Amino acid sequence: MTNGWVDIKNTDMMLIMGGNPAENHPCGFKWAIEAKRNRNAKMIVVDPRFTRTASVADLFCQIRAGADIAFLGGVIRYAIENNRIAKDYLINYTNAAFIVKDAFKLPEADGVFSGFDAKAQTYDKSSWNYAGGDSGGKAVPEPHVMAAAAHPANGAPPPPPALPEKVAYDFSLQNPNCVFQLLKKHYDRYNPDMVERITGIPKDQFLKAADLFTSVRKDGDMKKAATIIYAVGWTHHTFGTQIIRTAAIIQLLLGNVGRAGGGVNALRGHSNIQGATDMAGVFDTLPGYLKVPTPADGSFDGWMKRITPKPAKPGPWDSWNYYGNTPKFAVSFLKTLYGDAATKQTDWAYDNLPKVDRNYSWVQMWDNMYNGIVKGIFAFGMNGVAIGPDSQKNIDALKKADWLVVGEIYPDETSEFWKSPGITADEMKKIQTTVYRLPCAGFAEKDGTFTNSARWLQWKNAALPMPGDCRLDQGIVAQIFLKVRELYKKEGGKFPDPILKLTWNYTDPANPSLAEVLKEINGKSFVDAEDPVTKQQIKAGQQVPGFAWLKDDGTTTCGNWIYCGSYTEAGNMTMRRDPADPSGLGIHQNWAWSWPANRRVLYNRASCDLEGKPWDGSRRQIWWSEATQKWVGNDVPDFKADSKPKDHMGPFIMNAEGVGRIFAPLGAFADGPLPEFYEPVESPIDNPLHPQQTHNPVVKRFKTPLDKYGTPKDGYTVVCTTYRLTEHYHYWTKNNPMNVQLVPEPFVEIPVEMADDMGLHGGETLKVSSIRGTYIAKAMVTKRIKPMMIDGKKTYQIGIPIHWGYRGIAEDEGKTALTVTNLLSPTVIDPNAFTPEFKGFLVKVEKA
Amino acid sequence: MSQATLRIQKISGHAGSVPGEDTQREFTVCKLIDTTTCIGCKACEVACMEWNDLPFGETIFGNTYQTMPETRWNYWNLILFNEHEREDGTLMWLMRKNQCMHCADPGCLAACPADGAIVQYTNGIVDFQQANCIGCGYCIAGCPFDIPKLNHQTKRVFKCTLCSDRVSEGLEPACIKSCPTGCLHFGSKDDMKTLAEGRAKQLRDHSNFPHAGVYDPPGVGGTGVIYVLHDATKPEIYGGLPADPSIPWTVKLWKGPLKWLGNLAMVGGIIGLFVHYLRYGPKDRDDEDINPSGAKP
Repeated sequence: MTNGWVDIKNTDMMLIMGGNPAENHPCGFKWAIEAKRNRNAKMIVVDPRFTRTASVADLFCQIRAGADIAFLGGVIRYAIENNRIAKDYLINYTNAAFIVKDAFKLPEADGVFSGFDAKAQTYDKSSWNYAGGDSGGKAVPEPHVMAAAAHPANGAPPPPPALPEKVAYDFSLQNPNCVFQLLKKHYDRYNPDMVERITGIPKDQFLKAADLFTSVRKDGDMKKAATIIYAVGWTHHTFGTQIIRTAAIIQLLLGNVGRAGGGVNALRGHSNIQGATDMAGVFDTLPGYLKVPTPADGSFDGWMKRITPKPAKPGPWDSWNYYGNTPKFAVSFLKTLYGDAATKQTDWAYDNLPKVDRNYSWVQMWDNMYNGIVKGIFAFGMNGVAIGPDSQKNIDALKKADWLVVGEIYPDETSEFWKSPGITADEMKKIQTTVYRLPCAGFAEKDGTFTNSARWLQWKNAALPMPGDCRLDQGIVAQIFLKVRELYKKEGGKFPDPILKLTWNYTDPANPSLAEVLKEINGKSFVDAEDPVTKQQIKAGQQVPGFAWLKDDGTTTCGNWIYCGSYTEAGNMTMRRDPADPSGLGIHQNWAWSWPANRRVLYNRASCDLEGKPWDGSRRQIWWSEATQKWVGNDVPDFKADSKPKDHMGPFIMNAEGVGRIFAPLGAFADGPLPEFYEPVESPIDNPLHPQQTHNPVVKRFKTPLDKYGTPKDGYTVVCTTYRLTEHYHYWTKNNPMNVQLVPEPFVEIPVEMADDMGLHGGETLKVSSIRGTYIAKAMVTKRIKPMMIDGKKTYQIGIPIHWGYRGIAEDEGKTALTVTNLLSPTVIDPNAFTPEFKGFLVKVEKA
Repeated sequence: MSQATLRIQKISGHAGSVPGEDTQREFTVCKLIDTTTCIGCKACEVACMEWNDLPFGETIFGNTYQTMPETRWNYWNLILFNEHEREDGTLMWLMRKNQCMHCADPGCLAACPADGAIVQYTNGIVDFQQANCIGCGYCIAGCPFDIPKLNHQTKRVFKCTLCSDRVSEGLEPACIKSCPTGCLHFGSKDDMKTLAEGRAKQLRDHSNFPHAGVYDPPGVGGTGVIYVLHDATKPEIYGGLPADPSIPWTVKLWKGPLKWLGNLAMVGGIIGLFVHYLRYGPKDRDDEDINPSGAKP
């Protein structure tokens, strides 16, 4: 979230889409209810089903799963057409006024942006860039030398395209190539008729929603704030990243980012998934979202050159470009990993970092296992079979693996993959996979921090002792590491350094205390140091107070720069529990610790006008103090504290431009600098915007016999979405009697009309099939999913909660069909975040 | 100790007066349930089970998100789910937390023949005391909300206690504590009524619910559990909430006039016997009775 949970109580208007917080975040949803009760805030819910969130909404629109960009694009068009935009914010805090290169082309009839290579299925993104400008902002023609530099005679690869240091601009927003005019032109096609064709939402209903949401900016009035709240209903698509981009554009257009009660707010799906991604539980980042090195980088400097941005902005403006400090974060990180082995002379032990040469994401990994490239897998609290997508492919992949190590609290579908339905006794005998099952601790038996959606790191203590012979995760990982290190010491190996040189200075190396690990993550200084602005001093060996203290000369360590400040000399900040909230804005400055630097609302400079005065006097977050010549306030300023308003430093300090990106240039996204509506890979219709480019052009399909993709011609005409219930948590509460009592059996939600067509009643057993597999469960016949007219065709949607499989209380008693929901879902992924398309694929529904 | 601070003002089936029955109610507690902010998360169902250590029971799929069709002897608190279409065609998914209403004039207590099996405290809470229960089930007939449920094995009846044990220690009921959205409120009847009316007005003024109102039925003297409803003119759409509940006339008749008629009949019969004896004396034996063969003494 750019904002936070408690902050939601400050809002005047909520758009909840691609998410169902009443069911999946009931505790956080309290704040949405507070806003309704105390501020008469309005709630709009857009979802393929009428959910428990919709039951308390002021306006509900049922949308076809996957049609979100069409809806949001329609809202952008509506806002511009009805002048419901934050004009000053738009011109000064976003790149709306930046002029884009002439060579850039929007997708129109052909459905692709400029630079598409149909054979390679990728884009040459060099035209997705700003035009360089003179000091007056006029675009300067491309220097002729560029052509020669693009193909140097010595055969070296051409320098990668870069943002121009001085960007061309037009503050009147009239230049036809300025971002604002391109935005307007791009979404002009998303008129209410088109929105209805694609989404199935009747025109008048869509207009009601668009009118209500944008009403906060009626006549450009800046007092009110609107928030957009979403979850995996947006991310689970082959264009998920672009859906979120469209929402970000709306929020920039309406001036809601940085405002209390505003922002773009992702509700994370697990207690510590924010922590997992912050600490780089994904292959393509390092802790703190630093970009991983690639083989082409060649050296530490080469790596830094590629990933450290330079400011790119209109001449008269200022941009802090905080990622310009990347080398400080990277060196401090390498010092944490390799200690004395990381020096200027050893190139900071750059060679010890793995170089990421290709995609190693989730679906790719299972594909690699299926193809024999991945030989073994550690599955810790992660049920890969049930997660899918295309669960049968994952089961078959495990059959081929040499070994599987499962760390779990219950036996599950992955740890007993050989018992999946349909396997014969003979087939079982042929499976050669060695399976190790390690008993692990449950969440209440572990201490450490959970980082929530609001970026708050909250320390928790273990509430119960572990039963039996269970072990803590860090103990298991530590002992494996120590054993591997021992083997490398004894036997050598291809490249022992990354293992042998790794620091491991814990009091109990075989079972490190997480408090020690958090201290290490925060980092310390090896020398005495002083902050030049605040004059604060620290001594050698002391914890660094924050990431502003990190150096690129090897005198500081830090395991994750965004967590720097969480464990200082004052102690473990994440343990603080002071509920005081003097401003009443839900900031709670001394409760736990939020990254970055305990700022609660990101980009909060944008909550003030150009003079540094809050847009809304009743929700004052930060402001410019003329007396002390500093930014001060109720929240920690997410900004350079002493940058005077007249210097026009942009509020979006993490962007090279210093401003919010309506147009996302160059390599920011694989599939376009502006979001375009594409159909889900399994779609009931051709894309009405451009039928010959129905799908996202850079989405790849996998190629094993188990990677099949269905079409309506194959008989799959029903749109299917998958989701979670309040009463169950993924695949483990089917082992808990309380949850099983609340919802005892798997079911499929189908419209009343579909049940009538099929002549069946609620409770009868259904067979739902995609081209990949079959799911069997009881029908829940409901009014909450209505049939829709998609591009004039009557289309049904159904919904399937995911919580069952072939192991659990009901399963073990033979009360279910033992099928897994994700037998149905397809192996296609978002080209930026690599999330699978779990929602919006095609099935057929029959009586079982 | 936990029951010591609760003073009883009404006792079922009790002969003679009750020490507290004429005392002014200083402070009756009230649970306010705002159905317009309930999200049906069932935290309250779970909290009730956990606090009261209720054993798990079997449930089956019932084509609804509702956990089971009605309350049970071991499930005292149940969210009722109902899909309802408004006149303008928009859909509502109504969720009403269903449990004992703790009536000021409890039908269960009126119907109960067992001394002390059902009591009402001065704070308004109606509590079953299973040690005195004879398992006759009359309380079930007496309740206009169909709440009390019999355990057929132990022959005792159970229902929500409004967490009398927690309340007597100054704590709010378990369901209130667990509600994540703050849709449940607890306090004095006056305060909760004020809060409820305020919320109903807010709904009428700002949320396109012109008939929003408070459910506090006078037919049972008002209840210790009150609802804010989107549409107070149609309580039946919330899973059969009765529009004008009162103690069934059969119970009123039986425990009221019929009881006295019965007493009258019994006392009258005894008086009649006595009068008859006075008037006619003891019964004389006929000659034939003494000597059936006919022979004279």
